[in-house]
Amino acid sequence: MKNRDFTSLEVTDAYLGAIEAANPKLNAFISVEAEQARQMASASDKKLAEGAARALEGIPLGIKDLFATRGTHTQAGSHILDGFLPEYESTVTANLWSDGAVMLGKLNMDEFAMGSSNESSYFGPVVNPWRSQGATDALVPGGSSGGSAAAVSSWLCAGATATDTGGSIRQPAAFTGTVGVKPTYGRCSRWGIVAFASSLDQAGPITRTVEDAALLLTSMAGFDKKDSTSVDMTVPDFAAAVSRGVKGLKIGIPREYRMEGMPEEIETLWQQGIEWMKDEGAVITDISLPHTKYALPAYYIVAPAEASSNLARYDGVKYGLRVPGDTIDEMYELTRAAGFGDEVKRRVMIGTYVLSAGYYDAYYVRAQKVRTLIKQDFEKVFAQGVDAILTPATPSAAFGIGDKEMAADPVKMYLNDIFTVTVNMAGLPGIAVPAGKDSAGLPLGLQLIGKPFDEETLFAAGRVIERATSDDFSPEKWW
Amino acid sequence: MTLVDTRTPNPDYFIAGATGDWEMVIGLEVHAQVTSESKLFSGSSTRFGEPPNNNVSFVDAAMPGMLPVINEECVRQAVRTGLGLKAKINKRSLFDRKNYFYPDLPQGYQISQFKDPIVGEGEVYLDMGDKVGEVTIGIERLHLEQDAGKSIHDQHPNMSFVDLNRSGVALMEIVSKPDIRSSAEARAYITKLRTILRYLGTCDGNMEQGSLRADINVSVRKPGGEFGTRCEIKNINSVRFAGQAIEYEARRQIDILEDGGEVVQQTRLFDPKTGETRSMRSKEEAHDYRYFPDPDLLPLEFDDALIEELAQNLPELPDEKQARLMADYGITKYDAGVLVASRASADFYESVAKGRDGKLAANWVINDLFGRLSKEGLDVRTSPVDAGQLGGIVDLISSGDISGKIAKELFEIVWSEGGNPAQIVEQRGMKQVSDTGAIEKIVDEIIAANPEQVGKVKDKPSMIGWFVGQVMKATQGKANPQAVNKILREKLGL
Repeated sequence: MKNRDFTSLEVTDAYLGAIEAANPKLNAFISVEAEQARQMASASDKKLAEGAARALEGIPLGIKDLFATRGTHTQAGSHILDGFLPEYESTVTANLWSDGAVMLGKLNMDEFAMGSSNESSYFGPVVNPWRSQGATDALVPGGSSGGSAAAVSSWLCAGATATDTGGSIRQPAAFTGTVGVKPTYGRCSRWGIVAFASSLDQAGPITRTVEDAALLLTSMAGFDKKDSTSVDMTVPDFAAAVSRGVKGLKIGIPREYRMEGMPEEIETLWQQGIEWMKDEGAVITDISLPHTKYALPAYYIVAPAEASSNLARYDGVKYGLRVPGDTIDEMYELTRAAGFGDEVKRRVMIGTYVLSAGYYDAYYVRAQKVRTLIKQDFEKVFAQGVDAILTPATPSAAFGIGDKEMAADPVKMYLNDIFTVTVNMAGLPGIAVPAGKDSAGLPLGLQLIGKPFDEETLFAAGRVIERATSDDFSPEKWW
Repeated sequence: MTLVDTRTPNPDYFIAGATGDWEMVIGLEVHAQVTSESKLFSGSSTRFGEPPNNNVSFVDAAMPGMLPVINEECVRQAVRTGLGLKAKINKRSLFDRKNYFYPDLPQGYQISQFKDPIVGEGEVYLDMGDKVGEVTIGIERLHLEQDAGKSIHDQHPNMSFVDLNRSGVALMEIVSKPDIRSSAEARAYITKLRTILRYLGTCDGNMEQGSLRADINVSVRKPGGEFGTRCEIKNINSVRFAGQAIEYEARRQIDILEDGGEVVQQTRLFDPKTGETRSMRSKEEAHDYRYFPDPDLLPLEFDDALIEELAQNLPELPDEKQARLMADYGITKYDAGVLVASRASADFYESVAKGRDGKLAANWVINDLFGRLSKEGLDVRTSPVDAGQLGGIVDLISSGDISGKIAKELFEIVWSEGGNPAQIVEQRGMKQVSDTGAIEKIVDEIIAANPEQVGKVKDKPSMIGWFVGQVMKATQGKANPQAVNKILREKLGL
């Protein structure tokens, strides 16, 4: 576009066409803003013509439905926000637009970002563009940012915003062969992002390449005085760090991530990653993160607790869905019964329970103590000179939509977050990079965990994996 | 909180019952609206009396994705108040969410401070008069929290309306220890607290506008005995109602106990029309608020420098001012207490008293001016007589230019017509005659004209009053009474 070989409008139209063709099958977008996209693209073309192009000038993006976008569909994948059109723009998306990016529309997601398969969306499941070799069964793209991952993977947008509370960026990225970055807590403003679990939520990008992720995050990040938990630190030029390499870096391999019953393929991939790091001059060191096994149970106390409170505002009084009742209590009950899906209800109930008088100390307080211990595990390792930690991103490749085992036992679904959730509990940055494939030809990802506000090392190490892998992460087009 | 009994039972407060005397134990939670331009966690205005939903931001309406940001001025106001209550200031405190559903609570939770409040233990002193003396009421804590909006039920047959203007306005909840032992003390406590808040400028104290509300915990016991089961009377918005509600509630509890019943812990409402309290909800029906630290807010932390800065700029508070007025102007504790009830009246008094007779000034300010003001429904800020004018009147009395009686007439003139007192006295010939020559002449004339009376006064010296009256009549009250007395005594040989 900078060379004026083609215009942003042409690119935008091409993406809009691709969405129109693919969406009935993939269901990645739940709202397409074609007219607005063309307007934004035309404005970018003007800037490009003036030679005043900004960092992301004219680049069409998809936006997860969790981000408030002024005047356009913003429902967090839920029925309860029916008809809600915010009068404000989230800080992260506002940052993207002020850098010239173009919004194509809103991306499907698990309802209120609760889920690991994108099956809890009120707007129906997203279908993974990837299929097992020789099969036509529909697979999940992961979640909660399943729409973002699927759309990027299937070329329906140049990049996408996503959010990650327990793995919601990195797990779908791993399932779709895309790059997903969960930045340090406080790096991106949460203002205008529908809250799931406030102390864990972070926005980040999902892209095709590590460099694209670096470019997007540079625009998305930054201090925002409207979010008291955002951190006042300068945002480095992340793209400049991508080609840094890992020579001399100390990469930690946590022994606790070697789970019992972990598929051989995952183990092999992990070993491969270690070899690539060594080949590029990194020093590999075994480390211990002893409280890892408590992370998932503690997460499933802290996150639902916060969610139960954050979702109290969806009561039918002010906006969104209202199911009338004879009394105010009846209106609350009918509205929330109709407006929330099963997974959201389950977590609201868990959260309400763990915060109740008599249970608070046994659950919430203990979970917070565990969280402190997990954080200390990482602090100790980083204090010993470890620069980044390499782990698998997920315990498996993408699974089938409507998987009976997972549907029958929510805990099985929760186990998808086993490698990612510690990062959120400790507030650290993490990146998932496609690294290999399983025997069915489905993408698998590796995860790198960094020191607070050291996303740069993750981009550098992520790029090493991206360069080293011989696999192609373009799904075969069937849609 | 552990309950500690700090008081010695005072028989003056005992309530007689069929089974003997009873004593009240009272603790208050006062909700004071913080004086600030904008709300506790949003930039919306706090102005009172705006059209419904005029002062509402996306944060106040709990729009999805909105986040609270602490208003530093509210923090400063809370610290100032803590300093004014001689309380411990906690340099680190936490905001918690108090979760419950209500239409005028848009977030579905109130942001409050539960475990770690911004202000800890402090004290308020009450002067309960000669019999009881000074009483110290302990402050348990002060914390910051959001106010809720207002539900309006009378606009539609089966719907309620919600006004969010007050949603998110900063409140200070000031919790006393259970140190109060009578309705009089409770009233004095609210009044004193309000005075302190007004001096500090941290709350306007306007109870009728809802800026100051009290939840009152009342229990009864045999004097000095174990604490009884308490009931909480919610949302009292006048000092008078506080007294009535406590009296009613204590009696109700005594009657239950004397009938062999048990007091049930519950929340009650006071009905000003009947003067009674009625049950709102019992302990079993109480909400489980599921408090937990608000993850949208960092711990509230500040350093000693902030506390010192605020402490240095604290105004003189009523107790200190009272002591100083007594020392500087030689007035009684009672008078000083009346004068410091508001900063404006104390300031007024000081303008009058400065460089003058403090006692005389206090008499005129309290008895003549305040008396008249309250009769007319005015206060010192709307007084038609200003401090300079009243000072002028005091000057004229002190110099002997006018008598006390004339001074009262002069005060009336200044009150209704205004003007400079000295000029009025001059122009209207109100100056008292202290010229002994002139008075002697009149005295001589009266003695000469009343030989009969002169004869009687020798045997009955108290009859001198009659002579004084004659002289005053002859001088239209302008003769200096002391001078008249002296000359009469000389001439009559008394």
